[in-house]
Amino acid sequence: MSDPVYALDIEGLSKSFDRPVVKDLTLRVKAGEFYALLGPNGAGKTTILRMVAGLLQPEAGSISVLGIDTRKDPIAAKSIVAWVSDEPMVYDRLTPYEYLEFVAGLWKIDAARAQAHATELIDWLGLAPHAHQRCGGFSKGMLQKVALAGALVHDPRLIILDEPLTGLDAGSARQVKQVLLDKVRQGVTVIMTTHILEVAERMAERIGVINHGRLVAEGTLAELRARVGRETTLEEIFLDLVAQKEMDIDAGVDAAA
Amino acid sequence: MMFAPATMPWFALHEWRLMWRDGVAMMTGGYPARRIGLIAFIVVVAIALHLMANAIMGPWIANGIVPDKPTLVLITGSGFLFWTVMLSQALESVTRAYYARSDLDLILSSPASSRTLFAVRTGITALTTLLLACLLASPVVDVLVIRDGVHWLMAYAVLAALSALATAIAVLITVTLFRIAGTKRTRLIAQIIAAIIGAGFVIGIQAVAILHFGNMSSRFALFGDPQFVASMPDLTSLVWAPAKAALGDWPSLLGILALGIGALTGTIAFASSGYGRHAIAAAGIGQQRVSQRTTTVNFRPRSQKQQLRIKEWKLLARDPWLLSQTLMQMLYLVPPALYLWISYGQSAGTYVVVIPVLVMAAGQLSGGLSWLAISGEDAHDLVVTAPVDPAAVLQAKIEAVATVVAIVFTPIIVLMLLASIDLAAKTAVFAAISSGSATAIQLWFRVPMRRAMFRRRQVASRASTISEALSSIFWAGTAVLAAGDQYLIAILPGTLAVVTLLVAWGLSPRGRPVAV
Repeated sequence: MSDPVYALDIEGLSKSFDRPVVKDLTLRVKAGEFYALLGPNGAGKTTILRMVAGLLQPEAGSISVLGIDTRKDPIAAKSIVAWVSDEPMVYDRLTPYEYLEFVAGLWKIDAARAQAHATELIDWLGLAPHAHQRCGGFSKGMLQKVALAGALVHDPRLIILDEPLTGLDAGSARQVKQVLLDKVRQGVTVIMTTHILEVAERMAERIGVINHGRLVAEGTLAELRARVGRETTLEEIFLDLVAQKEMDIDAGVDAAA
Repeated sequence: MMFAPATMPWFALHEWRLMWRDGVAMMTGGYPARRIGLIAFIVVVAIALHLMANAIMGPWIANGIVPDKPTLVLITGSGFLFWTVMLSQALESVTRAYYARSDLDLILSSPASSRTLFAVRTGITALTTLLLACLLASPVVDVLVIRDGVHWLMAYAVLAALSALATAIAVLITVTLFRIAGTKRTRLIAQIIAAIIGAGFVIGIQAVAILHFGNMSSRFALFGDPQFVASMPDLTSLVWAPAKAALGDWPSLLGILALGIGALTGTIAFASSGYGRHAIAAAGIGQQRVSQRTTTVNFRPRSQKQQLRIKEWKLLARDPWLLSQTLMQMLYLVPPALYLWISYGQSAGTYVVVIPVLVMAAGQLSGGLSWLAISGEDAHDLVVTAPVDPAAVLQAKIEAVATVVAIVFTPIIVLMLLASIDLAAKTAVFAAISSGSATAIQLWFRVPMRRAMFRRRQVASRASTISEALSSIFWAGTAVLAAGDQYLIAILPGTLAVVTLLVAWGLSPRGRPVAV
């Protein structure tokens, strides 16, 4: 039987800045999966996702998106990926509609189809009353919604989100979560980092825990529970796994690995 | 030294520490080891400027400086040029005191007095204005002190009084604008007024010189013109008090010091009560939403490059403050344009004098716009993650800049074309080369930043700023020599321009993993 095509297939990925940040990482995410990437601050989550999105060049290893090698054919890979960062980067002087028109143009989406989709997204995300106002005075939540609409307007097959719920109020966060779940139901793959473990626990099908640039644990919530050997919350599991990694480093296990 | 918290000296110490560290970081680019090199560079430049001042002032000093009317006119006229620059600088600094956020939110939300903070910041504005004036005037004043007598040291006291007066007027203008134009427009209008004041007097004097003498002779020549001197007020007029003070007249010095310091303290007392209110109102500007007039958007089928170009033009057109910062350099095109206008139909040879101005302006305008398009990308992640070849992104942005530059310069080139095809062609070619060089430098030194950081773009790299200025100057020199058919001599500045570009390329951080 041939190997399934993964939405994301990372093999031996490494990246250093002033110190190694990602070390020989191998990670696979199945198509149509909701995958949550967890880890303490500075664990390397954002660096991994920025390399997948093409915002950073890896030093070693390979990244493949739905069978497309991101190094060999970056344009083809980018055309099916959407990236949403924790800090929404939109133009202050453009309206949400104009922003979506710009994004659709960059992704070469047919103008008529893009317009219909943009209108739908703007309604769906509750941005309709502000659709013709410049983004300059928008709240963080509204900006995040505009950025999310930009990520969805070109119908990506893989959506990568770095802490998308940071700073959102309960209503906006719920709306964003709902949009992501709907997309997963439609067969889109979602990979998301979050510090809100409750969100990962309730939404993700599989969870990966990163610490010191390595994948220290991965699986469904049940598999992670089995690994720590007790029926407990994801928060407890996460703290156990991270604490275990720290002990391994102190004992020199990480260096030997 | 410890002061009671939230008092005036405590705030002054805090501001001074921040200003000092900011200044050092700006000059050394975050590399403290560069301090020694920087000090050596400043010493060399200071010596060169003093030697130049000595060469220029030498004949005047040798003839003996007497406080007669022509001398007072020359000192007052030259001093007024300095003062307009001081006023322009003070107006920008005062506006920043209201609009720059950084620690303002923290201080205004604390129980500390906003009046005290305003007094300290206004005082520091007067001080920095004085430092700028001293920086500009010190070579001249020092040469006068050494060669004509220590009484010229009083010129520094005159500068202090004038900087206090400039700051006081800047505060009054800003407060008046807050009342008349409102918080939203004050910053932009103040920015335009600052530019007009800063360049206006220089340009005005140049324009008068052109109309009076019929050529682009030095603006200082006007101050020596007997007809102009005769039309000025007589020696007893108070207009000459600053010049008399600089020449060593104590009563004049005391009078002007009293005026400057009195105006500054009076203005602080008058304006400080409203400072907190205006600053808080300025903070609310970012929260205001601007609706576009058209509420229907039809997505138009455009190529990726078209989308990028249109986005650049829209962002530029919708940010008047940023646009004014960039286009302000165009004010300096007024004298050559005026000269072209009045000398229309005359010998084509006279057009040579305007060529360097046009070539330099093209370089400077392109540099500013290229920074905005290439480095000042607010949605950097979006553009990089889009399925567009990075080279195509850069190409589209450069095309957007080139179009704006072409729109600005084409009318002037067309005006030249009517008189001389040869000179117009040479100007167009060298303006394009100068513009291309500035764009290339911005390309090599690109660092993604928010567009709002435009004012601080020089901080990102001194090397790019200096090389951009040098390449514009050298291309201007090459252009003027080529226009005069002195091709052999033109090789020298042309070579220097190419060397500047090669050095810039060598210093630039090439091989970035991610292109904009």
